[in-house]
Amino acid sequence: MAVIEEDVLSRVLGAALQGGGEFAEVFAEDKRSTSAVLDDGRIEELASGRDRGAGVRVISGETTGYAHTSDLSEAGLRAAAEAAGAAARRGGGGSNVVALDRQAVRHPSTVAIQPEDVAKATKVELLRRADEAARGADGAVRQVSARYGDSRRRILVANSEGLLTGDDQVRTLFSVGVVAAGDTGMQTGRQSVGHTVGFELFDRYEVEDMARKAASRAVTKLGARPAPSGEMPVVIGAGGGGVLFHEACGHGLEADLVAKGASVYRDRVGQQVASPLVTLIDDGTVADEWGCFGIDDEGSPAQRNVLIQDGVLTDYMWDVTRGRKEGRPRSGNGRRQSYQHLPMVRMTNTFLANGTEDPADIIAGTDHGVYVAQLGGGSVNTATGDFVFGMWEAYLIEDGVVTEPLREGNLIGNGPQVLTDIEALGDDFAMGSPGTCGKDGQGVPVGDGVPTLRVRSLTIGGTAA
Amino acid sequence: MTGSRDLTDIADRVVGWAADGEAVEAVVGRSRHTEVRAYEGDVESLSSAESMGVGIRVVLGDRQGFAYAATFDDDVLAETLAEARDNASFASPDPHVGLAEPDGVAVPTLDLFRPSLLQVPTEDKVAMALELEALVRAGDPRISGVESAEFVDAMGEACVASTTGIRSESASTACYVAVSCLAEEDGLTQTGFGFSVGRELGDLVPADASDDAVMRSTRLLGATKPASTRATVVLDPYVTAQVIAILGSTLSGEAVLKGRSPFAERLGDEVGSPLVTLVDDATNPLAYTASATDGEGLASRRTSLLADGVLQAFVHNAYTGRWAGTASTGNAVRGGFKSTPGVGCRALALAPGQLDQPALLRQVGDGVLVSSVIGMHSGVNPVSGDFSTGAEGLRIAGGELGAPLREFTIASTLQKMLRDVEAVGSDVDWLPMSAAGVSLVIRDVTISGT
Repeated sequence: MAVIEEDVLSRVLGAALQGGGEFAEVFAEDKRSTSAVLDDGRIEELASGRDRGAGVRVISGETTGYAHTSDLSEAGLRAAAEAAGAAARRGGGGSNVVALDRQAVRHPSTVAIQPEDVAKATKVELLRRADEAARGADGAVRQVSARYGDSRRRILVANSEGLLTGDDQVRTLFSVGVVAAGDTGMQTGRQSVGHTVGFELFDRYEVEDMARKAASRAVTKLGARPAPSGEMPVVIGAGGGGVLFHEACGHGLEADLVAKGASVYRDRVGQQVASPLVTLIDDGTVADEWGCFGIDDEGSPAQRNVLIQDGVLTDYMWDVTRGRKEGRPRSGNGRRQSYQHLPMVRMTNTFLANGTEDPADIIAGTDHGVYVAQLGGGSVNTATGDFVFGMWEAYLIEDGVVTEPLREGNLIGNGPQVLTDIEALGDDFAMGSPGTCGKDGQGVPVGDGVPTLRVRSLTIGGTAA
Repeated sequence: MTGSRDLTDIADRVVGWAADGEAVEAVVGRSRHTEVRAYEGDVESLSSAESMGVGIRVVLGDRQGFAYAATFDDDVLAETLAEARDNASFASPDPHVGLAEPDGVAVPTLDLFRPSLLQVPTEDKVAMALELEALVRAGDPRISGVESAEFVDAMGEACVASTTGIRSESASTACYVAVSCLAEEDGLTQTGFGFSVGRELGDLVPADASDDAVMRSTRLLGATKPASTRATVVLDPYVTAQVIAILGSTLSGEAVLKGRSPFAERLGDEVGSPLVTLVDDATNPLAYTASATDGEGLASRRTSLLADGVLQAFVHNAYTGRWAGTASTGNAVRGGFKSTPGVGCRALALAPGQLDQPALLRQVGDGVLVSSVIGMHSGVNPVSGDFSTGAEGLRIAGGELGAPLREFTIASTLQKMLRDVEAVGSDVDWLPMSAAGVSLVIRDVTISGT
């Protein structure tokens, strides 16, 4: 990271407050990334990127001003500070020099092998091995794509409250997508792993294994029948359905949406909002998970926040803006895509705590329904609570037995309703695949997890009657 | 004209560093944007930003490498070129790899850059965001909140230059106001959105954005979940644009050549209803995605994809064009300087029919108007064609709009929907997306509800 001297930061923060703002912050970022893509049997692309810059935020009354620059010299930072201060556009005055107090940060994850120290040839070799394994898995495999990605993001946060802190965030990702073809057309399967660790990721996961899983999903779906349509019980497999809770209630517990009345969970703290089986946690400190970090993008340490305890809503998630406004402590949920973006309230790793039932009993106790082993992405309208998500891998349950694979379709439901409709919770908690959460056009890495669970009723959006 | 001279200088400089036998392409871009958000009669946030950077593609023999940097520092430029060169050495040999070469197609002159937008005082932008919020709040007594009301403007300029003789400059301006609001009645909340888009301030009509948002949120009040059935649906123009954009992705040369398109072997076949004529044309200045050149610097052009339901063509960039044994159709798309050019449709439009939406509803008689969709990204698979998306809308009964509906899905397959098109509306609406909107009637769609 291009070091910005402490006295420079002090002066820049002072300049940002020149117009009379109450809070100023400098967020600097230096990110290097590498990605390698194999497609159609060829290493199609190896790409490297470098993003470096700083954003200055000034809060004045109800107004936030923001400006960013890729010029990290004192002059460049001052220009951004003045633009942000002017944007916050209040009168007043008085110049300040901010005294900074450097905070030590302990990142929950440790990195054994910095990806930047690994030869590109070694990264590329992973892709070839995945391609070979997927093609060897089944004769129906027609196409394989695989992606390797790593990034190292160093951030620095200084603010007018005297905070000076930083973090070094490393992420490594591998994914495989397979297309299989048969009499019924083409089907796809995928598998991805990503953690806030270095290249040692591949000591824990075999790329061949991931490739075979992806291939097996695609091939299985060749024999799939159209998904049913209408309401029925849905069993969601361990690790495969955390996105349901991210969408169905996580977003509605973000303080910015709550404050604007755009959440069905407004004014409901202390109330029973879910089945007593439900304890929902957002936790940025879970070592190695995709949504883990040392500090959030406003300099607050990552925290474990219990949002719903035994079905009772305990708290929302907070960032600087909403915390200041409502006199609440920050919860380590202020995140942004890059120095070019304003932070806002975002989730980290969101999961449902473990239950007590044997997952086999949950399936056996379902007369007729759908078993979803893996969900795809989803979306929610936080104001109505209506959400959808895609089924990437799903099967029919008939007489308590998982039977035929189903083609893809969406599930649709309502957040508050699904929370109260959870009627069984397994003891097999697992985290799911790495995700990217989109909000207001900004994407940030997030994790999720669930044990096996049964929802009394959801609407399956298939084509079969 | 656009003041992008310095960008061209940078691109030329990078290209000038090419070694013997090496092909180099530099795409240099810069953008500025302002975003003003209003909330409860005040400015909630005001951001101003300028981004810039360079993406460098190197082709050494039959291998390609890429690197980018979000800065113009000379030492970083040299480092980025070295990185791209190094990356090329790890790519697989591919005989089709190569940069675009000038093909003689004339670059159209399009009026996409309006200097007036750069002169607008910040106060006027703030005033417009505040006006929009106030309009929505006053729009209907049932409006209970405004989630976001914003004004955004953007100016982008770019230069693509290469050792193969490409040298294209482009610049455009755009601005919009957008609002998302909440309506409440009997303790139940619904949401609606509206926007107005243009290339300069005078194009924007905040009242249109406000009216749309108020209408969309209030007309859904009291919505219930429909029973599962099969029905004829009428897609609102905004929904059609999203469906057409996905259809377009199945017609990309890359999806076809790599065996990922359900239409791969179907050139010349009748794959859709005779009412379906689909064109991709980024030279149409009405399209907000219009651009004189594509992501590799070749002239934009018009490509007929489907004519009367018959599949006519796929779209290509230089790479897939070479691979397919044809040529680029000017369809290289890239997400700014940070990526290599992909291939995709750029400005799709269905040929309009004769009837407006009210007339289509009368013709349909009974069915469902789909006013918005959610989860299209998770429920539609452009490889298999499986299509399922969450939806909201209104019942169509006796040719008229009836009760509001929510929390249901519509499902079919892309292949079947194309054949099941029963009518295309006359109400073409250019939206800030890669496809134009128009009302679209599709029969035999599965509705999943209770």
